Amino acid sequence: MRELRIHGRGGQGSVTAAELIAVAAFESGVYSQAFPAFGVERRGAPVQAFVRFSDHMIRLRSQIYEPDYILVQDSTLIRDVDVFNGMKEGGIAIINTEREIDSEVPAGVKVITLDATSIALEVLGLPITNTTLMGAFAAATGEIELQALEHALSGRFSGELADKNIKAARRAFDLVRGGA
Amino acid sequence: MLKITEGSHAVAEAVKFCRPEVIAAYPITPQTHIVEALAEMVANCELDSEYICVESEFSALSACLGASAAGSRVYSATSSQGLALMFEVCFNVAGMRLPVVMSIANRSLGAPLSIWNDQQDSISLRDSGWMQVYAEDNQEATDLHFIAYKVAEDHDILLPAFVCFDGFILSHTYEPVDVPAQEEVDAYLPSFKPYQRLDAADPISMGMYATPDYYMEFRYEISRAMERAKEALKRAGREFDEEFGRDYSAPVEGYRLEDADTAIVALGSICGTVKDAIDEMRGSGRKVGLLKIRSFRPFPDKEILKALDDVSTVAVLDKNVSLGSGAGGALGLEVKDALYGSGIEVKDYITGLGGRDVRKRDIANITDLAESGKGDMYYGLREEVL
Repeated sequence: MRELRIHGRGGQGSVTAAELIAVAAFESGVYSQAFPAFGVERRGAPVQAFVRFSDHMIRLRSQIYEPDYILVQDSTLIRDVDVFNGMKEGGIAIINTEREIDSEVPAGVKVITLDATSIALEVLGLPITNTTLMGAFAAATGEIELQALEHALSGRFSGELADKNIKAARRAFDLVRGGA
Repeated sequence: MLKITEGSHAVAEAVKFCRPEVIAAYPITPQTHIVEALAEMVANCELDSEYICVESEFSALSACLGASAAGSRVYSATSSQGLALMFEVCFNVAGMRLPVVMSIANRSLGAPLSIWNDQQDSISLRDSGWMQVYAEDNQEATDLHFIAYKVAEDHDILLPAFVCFDGFILSHTYEPVDVPAQEEVDAYLPSFKPYQRLDAADPISMGMYATPDYYMEFRYEISRAMERAKEALKRAGREFDEEFGRDYSAPVEGYRLEDADTAIVALGSICGTVKDAIDEMRGSGRKVGLLKIRSFRPFPDKEILKALDDVSTVAVLDKNVSLGSGAGGALGLEVKDALYGSGIEVKDYITGLGGRDVRKRDIANITDLAESGKGDMYYGLREEVL
């Protein structure tokens, strides 16, 4: 079983990201489970959402403490929350930032940074980075196929909004794949 | 066919296939997604049902009571304080023997305010005359709705039912669920045939005044119907298996219990985590098993005694607490009663209240505690209160 923990702030779509990654993973051929950990249900407050991937039905219901992957929507969270906590050796951290990560990264964790905010602003016209980061997650981990992700996005959004989100996800997918 | 969906949406779809003629509900976290989805289905003409918008949970269940008395299949859903506000109506629905089915997305009760999961809400209505079944995963949460209607509407039973599934932990979780087709559900669950109904052309009175000469007999009849519901639940579970290939005929279900020395007894979604914890403990040679309780009302005391006959230690996990009973939860107290005189050591652990996360290692710790004779306690409290 592999586990993903998403860190974001209320309003950034972390729960939607977890749900759509789980939907795409199931279409990609594995069992998946996504669930939120709501904090205070307020915009801007730190939130977490979780996804599990497995070749078998998933029975475990506890939160994720030793993730294989983390997705950080907002690098300013790193000041307040220990986003790397419990990460497995060989894990992958995908972080939305335009800068270098200056905090200490656990040994054996691969960090991939990208400026998802700029991509989202350019493609969507909004600083909502969840769908962009899903593309980065697909490229960095191989847990979900890009096509399955695109299906999941068109299942959730309609018309032009779906097209724009798919474009943002693809942009990040190509960026991370190219850099990997 | 398996599809991945949110628990609440899978439940809403199951309810749609049950063809309720009247739905009345008031939104409350974490149940809201179910009734939002149903309202949308009614608005889109995907579901031919009267959706009654009400101003409170008290009115929601009152509307259901009236509609059920008039001969309709009805549905509601709630959580926590919403269920608390229905308290009075719950007793009336059961007393009038109306087969209302209601989903409970289990959530703790305030104060202090908590939106998160435990099972205090439905457990607190244990003496109301409603059947209570608990789901381990979203497949079970979905399937139990079909079974609940079938048993509730059985003319030998005529009792309302809660289908309980843990708030957020199941209601907000996306996972694969096999939601059946309408034709399959129609074959399993025929349309509602009321035993009696309000009809202006043939008037009757329901829920009337009962003098001390008669009141007790009404309570006794509910008790007897609960006893009959034990067999009816098994039968409906077996018939479900024949139709859909998933077996819910047993009111309790053992997991790796055959040669176990220690058994964990639990209710609801925590059973999944317990199963994974048991596999790990078994891997290091420990003889531990699980007894999952599916039906809490009626309470399967004889099946519990039979299933736990060969174990020496029992650890009960309670996501509720009966305050003033020491550190006892409702499940622990009743398991002790069921095993009274058997010589089996039973310890109760209050855990996971107000959304406190329960991990595999907690299950292993509780197993250690039980095997060393320590229990009847709150597990996992913050150190500053100790």
